[in-house]
Amino acid sequence: MLQFLFRRLAVLIPTFVGVSIIAFAFIRLLPGDPVQMMAGERVISPERHAELSQQLGFDRPIVVQYLDYLGGIVTGDFGNSIVTKRPVLSEFLALFPATLELSICAILLAVIIGVPLGIIAAVKRGSWFDQGVMGVALVGYSMPIFWWGLLLIIFFSGVLQLTPVSGRISLMYFFPPVTGFMLIDSLLSGQSGAFKSALSHLILPTVVLATIPLAVIARQTRSAMLEVLSEDYVRTARAKGLPPRRVIGLHALRNALIPVVTTIGLQIGVLMAGAILTETIFSWPGIGKWMVDSVFRRDYTVVQGGLLLIAIIIMVVNLLVDVLYGLINPRIRY
Amino acid sequence: MALLEIKNLCLTFDTVGGKLKAVDGISLHVDRGEVLAIVGESGSGKSVSMLAVMGLLPWTATITADYIRFDGKDILNLSPSDRRKIIGKDIGMIFQEPMASLNPCFTVGFQIEETLRQHTDLDRAARRRRAVELFRMVGIPNTEDRLSSYPHQMSGGQCQRVMIAMALACNPKLLIADEPTTALDVTIQKQILELLVNLQIETGMAMILITHDMGVVAETADRVAVQYKGRRVEESDVLSLFESPKHPYTRALLSALPENATGDRLPSVSDYFLEEEAVTGGAA
Amino acid sequence: MAVNTPKTVAEPVVLEGEHSASAIRWAMLAEFWYYFRQNRGAVVGAAVFTIILLVAIFAPLIAPHDPITQVRGAFLKPPVWQAGGSWEYILGTDPVGRDILSRLIYGARFSLFVGLVVVTISVSVGVVVGLIAGYFRGPLDTFIMRLMDIILAFPSLLLALVLVAILGPGLLNAMIAIALVLQPHFVRLTRAAVMAEKNKDYVMAAKVAGASRMRLMFRTILPNCTAPLIVQGTLSFSNAILDAAALGFLGMGAQPPTPEWGTMLAEAREFVMRAWWVVTFPGLAILITVLAINLMGDGLRDALDPKLKRS
Repeated sequence: MLQFLFRRLAVLIPTFVGVSIIAFAFIRLLPGDPVQMMAGERVISPERHAELSQQLGFDRPIVVQYLDYLGGIVTGDFGNSIVTKRPVLSEFLALFPATLELSICAILLAVIIGVPLGIIAAVKRGSWFDQGVMGVALVGYSMPIFWWGLLLIIFFSGVLQLTPVSGRISLMYFFPPVTGFMLIDSLLSGQSGAFKSALSHLILPTVVLATIPLAVIARQTRSAMLEVLSEDYVRTARAKGLPPRRVIGLHALRNALIPVVTTIGLQIGVLMAGAILTETIFSWPGIGKWMVDSVFRRDYTVVQGGLLLIAIIIMVVNLLVDVLYGLINPRIRY
Repeated sequence: MALLEIKNLCLTFDTVGGKLKAVDGISLHVDRGEVLAIVGESGSGKSVSMLAVMGLLPWTATITADYIRFDGKDILNLSPSDRRKIIGKDIGMIFQEPMASLNPCFTVGFQIEETLRQHTDLDRAARRRRAVELFRMVGIPNTEDRLSSYPHQMSGGQCQRVMIAMALACNPKLLIADEPTTALDVTIQKQILELLVNLQIETGMAMILITHDMGVVAETADRVAVQYKGRRVEESDVLSLFESPKHPYTRALLSALPENATGDRLPSVSDYFLEEEAVTGGAA
Repeated sequence: MAVNTPKTVAEPVVLEGEHSASAIRWAMLAEFWYYFRQNRGAVVGAAVFTIILLVAIFAPLIAPHDPITQVRGAFLKPPVWQAGGSWEYILGTDPVGRDILSRLIYGARFSLFVGLVVVTISVSVGVVVGLIAGYFRGPLDTFIMRLMDIILAFPSLLLALVLVAILGPGLLNAMIAIALVLQPHFVRLTRAAVMAEKNKDYVMAAKVAGASRMRLMFRTILPNCTAPLIVQGTLSFSNAILDAAALGFLGMGAQPPTPEWGTMLAEAREFVMRAWWVVTFPGLAILITVLAINLMGDGLRDALDPKLKRS
């Protein structure tokens, strides 16, 4: 098991190096003078330029610059924001819990609804239920979620006046972050109504972000389930006189979940892309919105650092999914 | 009184190309402690009619019969949950592909104990004891160890032994063995067959053996039913079948045994039997 | 139309010389159409897609107004069925008095163009790179696949966003970025298919017959890998449209006043609460287009994948 983990980590190293090269190259590929850009100053005298260039290390050979950059990353130094001058990593860490909270809620929603829908659709294949669910899933899969979010705002916030339009919690509540998860923090604060406020802020972004993963998971569960249901061991389970609940819910599902777990893992990338759009629509203060804002503010060190950090997170999640895959599939032993 | 009695069983499947009749009016009966062999080529409806008894056919199948009586009860009229009290307890079944028939995600011990949990009141420890006992019965060495193995860690022959242990878990009155040796190596085939015969004698259960191997029939069965194209063409005790087969298809089947090979060519059924004869040969 | 060659049909073609190649292709096309027709959704999708395609081609003839002209005094007119609407502007007007219907009709051109260009680029680059990786294997293969892993390590939209930040906002740059992000899927798919086909007997036969390396790669092996590529191609087509619209929505795709659907949504955002129609229709257009293509894609997969064919 440990050996397997190390082997997987070893495979990740070249990918990590490649990702860091891309992030490193990013600033140097931008049109215009990198020194001027990093300094964030419009007009620069030649002396000041030379001074800055030396200060930022642009006068040294490119390989040395890269190794310097890599060394910084390994020690947790992702540079400072051009705009706020604060370290990129601390900005990231401050905003990441918001995205994490949103993503966890979304993937939970997608799994809790998508997996049962897929199972029932497979068991009743060809029925109205099956056709209906798969039709809706295809619509969800084809959904431009930025528009979907706006529609939900029009309906639930505009017409019904049920949910707030933006942010994580109403401004009337304030408490120091403990876990960074607003749902938990609001409960810990003990202020009445705080949890309800946090929840009502969370619900629409969660639905929007969950839409595509939900559709994909439902479709994948159905097809995995259909494949498994025609397997011999399902027939054996029925031949033992087990009730359908146990045949489908244990014998078939356990096998169908193996490909579904892979699919869920692959949704993390989709989730991150979705977070960019969802957070922009709902002004959710997470890293998706942070990245978009930074692109617009030309805060390139933030874009560079954020790009790398998000790639690292996705790589780590994929590694965890691999481990989980091994745990639920007894045919794989490390 | 017969243990299992099937009268006029018909099976049709809905396919893309329309309705397909797989079994057309089959009747048969098995007495307690008796071994009945059903022989016939692929597609003659031997497996599906037994799957119909077990209630294991896909939803595309339509089953009609005058009755399917097991131990005095008409299975067709039972509710699904009443039927499940018989399936797996009083009737056990083993299949052609032992590796594929065991669930790859669970240990074989779990899969055996699950049957006991479903049909008996044994507690956890008693179930484990019974599983150990069953493993000894079917001849799996290192019993305790093997119970916690996964199917993919065992050979095909061992998997079939596990399947037999599972089918025998609740001391069934009838064991249906659907080509239990076809997918196995020749040497293993013999062992499994011997095991089945011995267990049948030991426990006194009835057994239906589905096969297309006349050699197997001769070694094991009391009585034989020959099926062809969804119909029963002949039924008699083993001795008289081998001595004086009545139906041309049965004669062809017997002539095609490898022992009758002349020169370097193996005989086949079609050497001796043309399809038209099935109509004129008194099948109906 | 050598595109729809399921393996089971393709192999006899090599063996039986007596049938003319065109007759076999017709038979294959007929078989394909038979299976495609079985899927009602796919046929509907294909029909809707054809209509959108025609609308895009004949946009100047169909559109009642110029998509960019701003009409004073016609700001935020509601659609015809709502109080205050008129037949002049069937789906209403946007905040600067442009006819929404006409903008949507012209917008179809951009979306389909984006899909077409992106799929063309990513398929041709991806297939060639995948063929090379799968055919030659070795360190070159390892290098290429690592590179693809790196691209896939980023969320597609984020990478496209950053690429557009480098190249500068605009529809062309958005297309290049999306093509780059989608292309690893084709590399992986082609490589896997080539590796599966490479050691089959018919390839060996062609090799023994003295086929050149190029011929082996492109004429012998590639046609047998096309089925999954077509399915992935349709998927990428709809993904490209969605991503381009998303970039437009973020202000990094087509720039105003281009009547691109995502850009239209971005411009309409602040009117969400006041004028539902400026928000609703462009998104609906995106959804319907993408849905039609995905329906077709499902049908193609069923018709082209021999494994799933019902016997």
